[in-house]
Amino acid sequence: MTRSSDIRRNIDGLTIVLFLALAVLGWVNLVSAATGPDGAVEWGLRTLHGKQGLWLVVSLVLGFLILQVEGTFFIRTALLNYGFQLLLCALVLVIGKKVGGARSWFGFGGFGIQPSEFAKMGASLALAWYCSKEGGLNHFGQRFRAAVIVGIPAGLILLQPDAGTVLVFLGFVFAMYREGLSGAVLIVGFAAVVMAVLTILSGAGDLTYPFVGEANGIYRFWILFLVLGAGGIALIRNATLPRYRARITTQAVISTIAALLFSVVMHLALEEVLRPHQRERIQVLFGLEVDNPDADYNIRHAKTAIGSGGWTGMGWRNGPMTGYGFVPEQETDFIFCTWSEEWGLVGSTIFLILFASFILRILFLAERQRSAFTRVYAYSLGGILFMHMLINVGMVLGLAPVIGIPLPFMSYGGSSFMAFALMIAILVRLDAERFSVLR
Amino acid sequence: MDTRFRTVVLLVLFFTAAFILRLFSLQIWQPEWKEKAITLTSDRQSIPPSRGLLFDRNGALLVGSRAAHDLMVLPRMLAEMDSAALEGAAQWAGMALEDFDAALTKAKRYSRYKTSTVRRGIGVEEHARMASTIQAYPGFSFRSRPVRNHIHGVAGHLIGEYAEASRDNLSADAFYRMGDHIGRSGLERVYELELRGVKGRTSVLVDARNRIRNTAQAESGDKPAESGQNLTLTLDLTLQRFAEQLMHNKKGSVVAIEPKSGEVLAMVSAPGFDPDMLVGSQRGPYYKTLVSDLDKPLFSRAIKATYRPGSIWKMVQGLVALEGGHIRPSTRFACDRNIIGCHGPHSRDDLRNAVIHSCNPYFYKVMQRVVNAGDGDSKFERAALGLDDWRKRVMAFGFGTNLGGRLPGTSLGSVPDSKYYDGIYGRRRWDFGTVYSIAIGEGELLTTPLQMANLAATLANRGWYRLPHFIHAVGDQGKPLGLGTLMDTGVDSSHFQPVINAMRQVVEDPTGTGRRARIGGIAVCGKTGTVQDEPRKDHSVFIAFAPQDNPQIALSVYVENSGFGGQWAAPIAALLMEQYLTGNVSNERRLNRILEADLMDPYPEPETEPTAPQP
Repeated sequence: MTRSSDIRRNIDGLTIVLFLALAVLGWVNLVSAATGPDGAVEWGLRTLHGKQGLWLVVSLVLGFLILQVEGTFFIRTALLNYGFQLLLCALVLVIGKKVGGARSWFGFGGFGIQPSEFAKMGASLALAWYCSKEGGLNHFGQRFRAAVIVGIPAGLILLQPDAGTVLVFLGFVFAMYREGLSGAVLIVGFAAVVMAVLTILSGAGDLTYPFVGEANGIYRFWILFLVLGAGGIALIRNATLPRYRARITTQAVISTIAALLFSVVMHLALEEVLRPHQRERIQVLFGLEVDNPDADYNIRHAKTAIGSGGWTGMGWRNGPMTGYGFVPEQETDFIFCTWSEEWGLVGSTIFLILFASFILRILFLAERQRSAFTRVYAYSLGGILFMHMLINVGMVLGLAPVIGIPLPFMSYGGSSFMAFALMIAILVRLDAERFSVLR
Repeated sequence: MDTRFRTVVLLVLFFTAAFILRLFSLQIWQPEWKEKAITLTSDRQSIPPSRGLLFDRNGALLVGSRAAHDLMVLPRMLAEMDSAALEGAAQWAGMALEDFDAALTKAKRYSRYKTSTVRRGIGVEEHARMASTIQAYPGFSFRSRPVRNHIHGVAGHLIGEYAEASRDNLSADAFYRMGDHIGRSGLERVYELELRGVKGRTSVLVDARNRIRNTAQAESGDKPAESGQNLTLTLDLTLQRFAEQLMHNKKGSVVAIEPKSGEVLAMVSAPGFDPDMLVGSQRGPYYKTLVSDLDKPLFSRAIKATYRPGSIWKMVQGLVALEGGHIRPSTRFACDRNIIGCHGPHSRDDLRNAVIHSCNPYFYKVMQRVVNAGDGDSKFERAALGLDDWRKRVMAFGFGTNLGGRLPGTSLGSVPDSKYYDGIYGRRRWDFGTVYSIAIGEGELLTTPLQMANLAATLANRGWYRLPHFIHAVGDQGKPLGLGTLMDTGVDSSHFQPVINAMRQVVEDPTGTGRRARIGGIAVCGKTGTVQDEPRKDHSVFIAFAPQDNPQIALSVYVENSGFGGQWAAPIAALLMEQYLTGNVSNERRLNRILEADLMDPYPEPETEPTAPQP
C-alpha cells in the first residue's frame, strides 16, 4: 500500500459531494438571477453566469491540483501565504479599483480579484500554524497574538472600507474558542449584543431632561445603567462570602464600567463614524423611524420576494419579484431572495440544511484530526462559513442589518468562490493525510 | 474539548433552525408578504371594451372613436425637482404650476409604485410636442384611450355627452372605475348599457419600473373585452345637418318625424354646439362659454322647452270639438272680435275657413261649447267637468304626456285641468271666461316642439300616431321592443278631412299664411302660428306634413322672437321637406334668405340683472 493511494482513499467524499452540490445549486440559481424570467438563456463569457461558470471550472481545476499537493506544503508556507495576502491587502488600498466607495478590487480587464476574500485563507493558515505551534491558546499572550494575526488583515480590510468582510473575521473566534479561549468570550459577546441593542434603541430619539432641555435619550439609559449597576454590585457584595467579596466586587465594578464604556464608544461610533445610510440601515432593522422613506426599500423588497415564494416557490427563472428588478443586488448580496422566491420554503430549507451540514461536516472533520493545525484550520473555515451565513441570510431575512457580504457558493463573485474552493481543497487534502502524519 | 465542539455545533444548529423558522414566518405564516409581492409585480388591468358606434338611419357613421392621450406619472421614478425644474415640467405638461404640483402630490399619496393621471385629454399636436421631449422628464408616460369622435358634429343635444363618470356613478355601478367614462346625457345615457359593452380582464406582470413584462400570465378570470352594440339612429344625417344649417343664427327648434313609424328624422335645438369640441382638452373652456351663454346652447329646446303653441292649436281644438259632437264641419261662428281680436277680412267662417284664416273668435266659441258641455248645475261645475273632458281628449294627442321616451329631461308640457284652476282661483270660482285663452293655444297651455311635431304626424296619419323614438336598431337585433307604440287620439279619421283641406289651403292659397311653405310638385299641408312674447318679437311657428296623401315627413319648426309664423318657420319647414322628399332644394332664393337671416334675439333677456352702475 503506497502512501499516495492511501491518501486518495482517505479523501472525504461527503465533503466534496456537499461542496459540489452547493456549487452546482448556486450556479443554477445564478443563471436564473442573471437572466430573469423572460426569453431564452443567453450563454457566453459576457454574461454573469458565464463568467461565474468560468470561475467555477478554474476553481475546480485549481482545487484538484491542490489535492495533489502534500499537506506539509501548506503548513510550511502558511506564514508565507499569510504575508503574501497581507501584501495584497495593503497593495489594493493603493492601486485597487474603487467600486461603490470602497477600494477592494484588482481589475484585470473584464475580471476582478478581491484580495480580501483570499485573506481569509491566509489568516486561517496563519492562525492554524500559530495555534499548533503553541499547543493551544491558554495564556493571555497567546490569545493576544492570535487576535493580532487575525486582526491585521481585518484592519487592512477595514481601511478599504469593507465592514462586512471584517465582520466575517469574527468567525475566527470559533477556532480560538475551540483552542482555549475562555467561554466568557461568548458570554461577553452576548452581553455586548444586548448592550448594543439597548444603546441603539435609547440613542435613537431625543428626550427632554430637567435643567438640561432636549438631548439624546442615551443619557437616561446610561444613568439608569449606572444606578442599576451600583445596586447590583451592592447586592452582590451582601450575597457573597467575605472570602470572595473583594474579588467579585472588583470584577463586577470592572464589568459595569466596561459595559458602560462599550455603550459610550458604540454610541459615538453610531453618531460620528457611521455614514448616514449605514446608520439608517441599523435603525431600519430595529424598526425605528427613518427620514428617508426608501431606507428600508432593500430589506422590505427582499422580504417580499422571499414571502412570494410560499411553500414550493415560483419555479426556476419564474420569480417576478427578483426577476423583474424589485430586489436590488440580487445577483450578489441578495441572491438568497432569488433562491427563496423560486424554490419556496422547501427549497430554502433544503439549502440552509445543506449549508449547515457542510459547516457541521467541516467541524466534524476538525474533531477527528490528530493534527492541531488541521483542526484549527478547519474550525477557521467552518467559522467563516458560519459567519457568512449568519450575516447574509440574517440580512435578507430582516434579522440583521444590511451588510454587504456574499453568500458563499451562491452570490456572483469569482474571488469569493475561488477562495472557498481552494480553502476547502486544502482542508480535504489535510484531512486525507490525517492517518499518515502526526503534527 | 468535546463540550466546546458541542457548543459550536449547537450554535450552528440554533441559527439554522432560527432562519428556517423565520422563512416559515415570511413564506407561510404571514400571507401579507405574498400579497405584497402580488400587488407589486402584477397589474390587474381591465381591458376597456370599445363603445358601440352611432349610425344614422342610412348607415352613415355619426359617432366614431379616436385616441386621446393622458399624461401619467409613476411617482417612484420621478427625479428630484427643485422649484425651477418643477416649473419647467409644469410648462412642458401645459399646466399651471399649482395644478401640476397638486396632481403630483395626489399621485404620490395614492401610490409611489402605481401610475396616476396628471392630465387628461391631451390633443394630438400637444401630445406630439410633449412626446418628443418626454425623455427629459423621468417618471412620466402617456396612456392613450379611445374617446368619442363626432364625425359631423351634428345632433349634439340628442346624442348627448360621453364624459368622465362622476362619484355617484362610481358608487352606483361597480362597472365604472375612477377615470372611466359614462354616457352622461342624451342617447349616450339612455343606451349606456347597450353601448358600453363588457370589460375584459387580464393580469400582466410588471417590473420594478412598472413596465409590462409578461402578458401571457393567464389567470382564472381573465377574459377578453366585448364591444358595445352599435346604435342605428332614426336620424337622417342629411336632413339633420341641413336643419342645423338652416337654424344657424336662430333660436328655436326643428323636429321632423316619419308619420308612419314615429321615427324622428331630425331634431335640432338652436343655438347648438359642436359636440366634438366637448371631447378632449378643449372641453373645459368650450364648456364654460356654453354654460355662460345667455341663449343656453346646451339646452335641448326640442324636448325640454315648453312654448305656447299658438294658432296650430286651433286644429286640435276643432278636432276635439268634432269628435265630441260640439260642432260639425259646416258649423259657422261670427268673427265678432268682441273678446279676442282677429286678423284678415272674414266674417262668418266654417271650420275649414276658420283654420285657414286662423279665426280667433271662432275657436273661442268652439272652446266655449266644449267646456260648457259638461253636466252640472252651475256654469262653474260645467266648466270644470267640460275642461277635464277636453283635457283627456287633448292628451290623447300626446300633449301633456312624455313623448321623449327615456330621453332624460323630456318635458311633459302642460295641459291645465280643473284642479289647476281650482288651485289658482278656488273651487267654483272660475268658468269658461277665465280659461278661454287656452282655446287659441295661449294662456296656461304649454307644449314642446316634439309634441308639436307629433301633432303634425297625427294629422298626417289622420288620427293616430306612433310614439316618437330615436333608435332604428340596436346592434343587429333591430328595433328594441316598446319603441313606436301605436297611440290613438280617439278622433275619427273622417273628422280630419276638413282640417287637412284647410292646412293644404294655408299653404296653397296665394294669400294663405303658410304660402312661403309651398313646394312645387308636392302637396304640403301646414299651419302657421304666431305666439306673442311681449315685449320681444313674436315666436314664429309652423307645423306641416307632406305629401298630403301618403305623408313621408311631418315636422314642427319653432323660431323664437323672429316674427309671424309664415315669415320664418314656414320657409324653413318647406326647405327641409323638399330636401327630404326630393333630395335637393329648388328655391335658391328661399334657401339663401334663411341661411343669411340672423334672428338671434335683438332684445336683452328680461330676466338678466342689469350691470352694476359704474361709480
